Formats: sequence, C-alpha cells, structure tokens
Amino acid sequence: MAVETPVREPASPPRPTARGLLGSWDLLVLVALVLVVIVGTLTIDGVGNPRFYRFVVLEAIPIALIALPMTLIVITGEIDLSVASTVGLTCSVMGQLWQSGLTSLPALIAISLLLGAVLGAVNGVFVTVFGLPSLAVTIGTLALYRGLAYVVLGDRAVADYPARWTRDMIAPIPGTVIPWFVLVVAVLAVLFGVLLHATPIGRGLYAIGNNAEASAYSGIAVMRTKFWLFVATGVVSALAGVFWTFRFASARADNADGLELSVVAAVLLGGVSIFGGRGGLLGVVAAVALLGTLRNALQLADVPANALTIVTGTLLIASVVGPNVVRMARGRLRRRPPEERTQP
Amino acid sequence: MTAPAPTAPTEPTTAVHRVFVVRELGIALALLLLVAVTFATNTRFLSAQNVKDLLLGSTILAILAVGQAIVIITRNVDLSVGSILGLAAFATGTMLQSAPGLPIPVAIVVGMALGAACGAVNGGLIAAARVPALVVTLGTLYVFRGIDYTWATGRQINAADMPHGFLRMGNASILGVPVLALFAVVVLVAAGLFLRSYRSGRELYAIGSDPDAARLYGIPVGRRVFWAFVTSGALAGLAGVLHAARFGTIDANAGLGQELNVVAAVVVGGVAIFGGSGSVYGAALGAVLLTTIGSALPVLGINPFWQRAAVGALILAAIGLDRSLAVRMARRLRGGSDRGR
Repeated sequence: MAVETPVREPASPPRPTARGLLGSWDLLVLVALVLVVIVGTLTIDGVGNPRFYRFVVLEAIPIALIALPMTLIVITGEIDLSVASTVGLTCSVMGQLWQSGLTSLPALIAISLLLGAVLGAVNGVFVTVFGLPSLAVTIGTLALYRGLAYVVLGDRAVADYPARWTRDMIAPIPGTVIPWFVLVVAVLAVLFGVLLHATPIGRGLYAIGNNAEASAYSGIAVMRTKFWLFVATGVVSALAGVFWTFRFASARADNADGLELSVVAAVLLGGVSIFGGRGGLLGVVAAVALLGTLRNALQLADVPANALTIVTGTLLIASVVGPNVVRMARGRLRRRPPEERTQP
Repeated sequence: MTAPAPTAPTEPTTAVHRVFVVRELGIALALLLLVAVTFATNTRFLSAQNVKDLLLGSTILAILAVGQAIVIITRNVDLSVGSILGLAAFATGTMLQSAPGLPIPVAIVVGMALGAACGAVNGGLIAAARVPALVVTLGTLYVFRGIDYTWATGRQINAADMPHGFLRMGNASILGVPVLALFAVVVLVAAGLFLRSYRSGRELYAIGSDPDAARLYGIPVGRRVFWAFVTSGALAGLAGVLHAARFGTIDANAGLGQELNVVAAVVVGGVAIFGGSGSVYGAALGAVLLTTIGSALPVLGINPFWQRAAVGALILAAIGLDRSLAVRMARRLRGGSDRGR
C-alpha cells in the first residue's frame, strides 16, 4: 500500500496482542452499533419504527455484499478499487441486453455474474501474472470499467423493466419488513466467514497478508489465492449490480459511482488493517450496519445528508488513530519502570 | 500492495538516470503523437483558442498532480485533494463576494493557507499517530467535503458576485499563454528544482525507497512526510483559487471525485505508486496527456464516452511499462539474474 512507515509490531509477540486488540475492536464496533440503536430509538422520532430498518437494510445491501470479499482481499494486503465500476458496467450491460430483447431474468443474472467474474479475473491477471500493484491496477480498471459502462449505455437510462422484478427484489421476508435479499447477504457472509476464519485457506490469507514471501515458501499458493479473490470480488460486485438495477428499476452507466470508497471505509472501520494480515468479518459486518444506521438515524434527526460525510470520515480516522494511540501509550507505560529504576 | 516493485536506488547511477529520462520522454512522445494525429485530422485542434482551452484545462489537474507526486514519492498518498480544492474554492468565492476590493494575491495566499492547514491535519495525523496515509486521507476526504457542504448549505456563488479583476485573471493570456497556466509552470519548476537539487528533496526519494533505512540513516522521516502533505494541501488550495477564477460559479461540489484522476495522472506520468521514483515533470505531463485525450477524442470522431475507458487503458499500460522498465533495470544493475518478482 501507499503508506508511511508501516507500524511495525515488536517481532516477538505479534499474534496475541494483535488478536486481543482485534477481538476488542469487533466488540467496540458492535457496542457502538447497539448504542446508536438505543440512543436513536430514545431520542429520534422514527428510529424505533421497523420501517426504518427496512430502509437501512436496503441501502446497506450493496455495500455489505461487496465488503465481504473486499475484507478478504485487504487481509491479503491487496485492494480492489474497481468494484463500483464493476457494478456500473454490470448495470449497463444488463440494461443493454434487456433493451435488445433478452427478457429472461435467469439469463440476465447469469450473464451479469459471468461478466463480473471476467472483470475480476482481469484485475487478478494484472496483479498476479504481471505482478503490478493492485492499488494502481484497480484505479486503472476503475476508470476502464466505468468508461466501458458509458460506452455500452451512453447517458441513457434503461428503466422499463417489469415492475414485478423490482417488487420481488425488495419484497420483505413474510411476516417482517426486512427485505428477503438480506438473506442472500447473510448466506454469503457465513460462507466468507467460514472460509476466512475456519479453513486452512483462511489462515493462509492472514499469512499472505503478514508476509507474502514467507507464505509462498511455506507452500501457500499466494498468486492463485489472490487471483481467485479478485474473481470472487468481481462476481459479488456484479451481484450487487443486479440488486442495484432492480431495486431502483434503473440501469445507468453512473450507477454506484463512488461506492468503492464507502466499501473501503466500512472495511477499514471494521478493524481490517490496510497493511493486511489483521481483521475479521464480524467487525466489518458490524461496521457496515453501524455506518448505515448512523447515517439514516442522523438523516431522520434533520442533519443535512451531505454533512453526514463528516461522521463517516471522523469514524474512519478514529478507527486507525485510536488503536495506535492506545498501543503507543501502552508501550510507553511498559517501558517506564526500568527507566525509573536507573534513575536514583 | 505487499511486495513493492523493486525501486530504484537513489544515487543517480547513469543507468537509473537514463531510464527515467526515457520514461518522461515516452509520455512526451505519446502526447506529441496524440496531438499530431489529431491535428492531421482537423487542423483547428491547434487553433489559438483550442490550445488555450487545453492549457487551461490541464492547469488545475497539473498543479494537483505536482503535489500528489511529492506525496507519492514518499510512499504515501493524498486522497483528500479534491475535497481541499472544493473547500478552498468555496472559501475564495465567499471571501471575494463579501470583500470585492481584496487584492488578488491576498486571495491566493489565503486559499493556499487554508489548503496548507488541511494538509497539516493530514500530515500531522500520519506523522504523529503513525497511521496509514490511505486511511487518513480517505477519512479527511469525507470530513473536508462535509465541512464544505455544511458551510455552503446548498448555496452557489455566481460569477456575477465575483470581482471582475479576479475573473479576468481566469481568462487572461500573456503572449497566448493563459495566466493560470503560468501558475502551473511556476509551481512545476519550483517543485522540480526542489526535488532534484535540494537535500531535503532528495531525502523524500530516500524515504519512499525504504522508510526504515531512511530513518536509520538519520532522515527526519516524520517531519519530511508532514511537509510533503502540507505542500500537497497548499497546492490543492491554490488549485481551488484557480478553479474559482476560471469558472466563477462555485458550489460545494467543486473538485468532487478529482482525487482518483490526480492519482491516475501521477501514475501515468511514471511516478511509482510505492514511492522512491518518478518526477513532478512526468506527473504534470501525465495531467496534460489525460486532459488532451479528453478533447482529442471528439475531434478524432471517437465517441466521447470512450474517454474514461481510454484513460483506464492508459493507466494500465503505464504501470505495465514501468514494471518492465524496473525489472529490466534491476537485472542490469545486478548484472544478470533477477526473477522479476
């Protein structure tokens, strides 16, 4: 990553401290989420209403979806900034196919997911085969894919999908007001969670993020793993594109413009280290929920929508500055006793 | 992200030197080729008016790219420049609206000071709390833009509210060269000289090549990085003032989404994304090239919707080229065997 001096942990006990800090970070984000819900319900009119959470969930679904594979990618020390452009290109291609007479929903979805896989594979090839830095590559494909979205659809909007498709896409789970699509997110979250936290592959991802060279020597297929992570990110982004298209019943080339930064913000706020090797899926899911709830609650409290970005930004900065300051303070405390002893 | 491409050693070995000269010549040639082909298609592409428009269009991106290049050379990145530009542009507009008699140099200094203050926030957090620049500046991207929105509350400043002298500066030319472009040239030459010939400038490259080694060597890494961000912020502030002068109409959205364009221009210009190599001249050329593509496509009869796709392809080509140059150079320096990874 493009960064100042990486904060180097002391070499001897990195794992226990890092994990201890991590567990508490997940907890901290969860506590913040619960606090926001409680305080919001008590003080802001409408936050207690179940319909409020319907909107929170609908808004958070695309971010939550993409944040899942993004977490894994960032843990390996890479990044994918092209995800929002993948969403846009998927929307454009779906719109164009629909206009040219492809009306089968399963076919549209299948082609979209396949397209996402190809777009992700292109990123993966540049990063793993050519050995280029993913930050630069995906800034390139961010422009490329968004550009292709405009080439496909121009500035037109395709919005004449059957109304039933939109109704079905945002339909609630029977007996609740929560959209059923959240179950898709939940299933994927469990899948990615198990992969990351309970399989050798997942342990390998942390190893790659901590030291790619050492993991390669210990038999982890670093390049192949990274390649498939980029493919997975492409597919899930395309799925987010499908959802986006039908939720708003509108395919436009500028769909989801700028969403990549929201996703990265959620992943980092969720406690994943931008240097890789640290973080977990629970924290990220909690962070997505926290950001979504906070945004919508403040909006209900008549805080101007645009000023909300201050909250997002401050949270993000606090999420990296906080742990570091704590760590530095601890280090200073630990060092003090011997120093004092030397002084008479 | 993990394994930085083999970066160039900082001592000006002739081989190293040659590669970078080749790299910048490459962009200059690509630019010349593009202009030549477009000119051959339609001679009006190089009419005085169009050249002026091209230069004006490149100015703001080039100034941002110079600041960004300085930051990226130290192995950092500044994503907040678009938001700083917006904040400075709105501040300039508001200031000139309420005090139309204010001398232009004062407006410029205030805009740059505001930008420098924003840069100091970035640099302070990064250097003192030792947190990654990508995360901090992504955060301040949101914060600065949010402040801008909160301050503007949907207001828009129109050209009619601005003093004439200021707007005239945005459009005036000296000997056919727009005044705004002269700002970019001054900034570029000053930054280029500093990075090439001053000790602290060279130290920025050392920091980008290997921050730990630089620290061991006794370079005040934190302080240098801090000032790199202050510089980037001040230049973004200057870009904001020039934005206000050029367009006259300002709302809170000025410079929205510019950050990735700027990074793209810098990368196309041959500055390695992991720091330690590249030059501000390359970055400025990258900015001019990206702007020229935008206005050349319609002349060439290509649908302007291809512009962003072309920019994306160019970025990929540029980093691919850098990679192969770096690999080849590493092989030459080591006298043969390099596996390339």
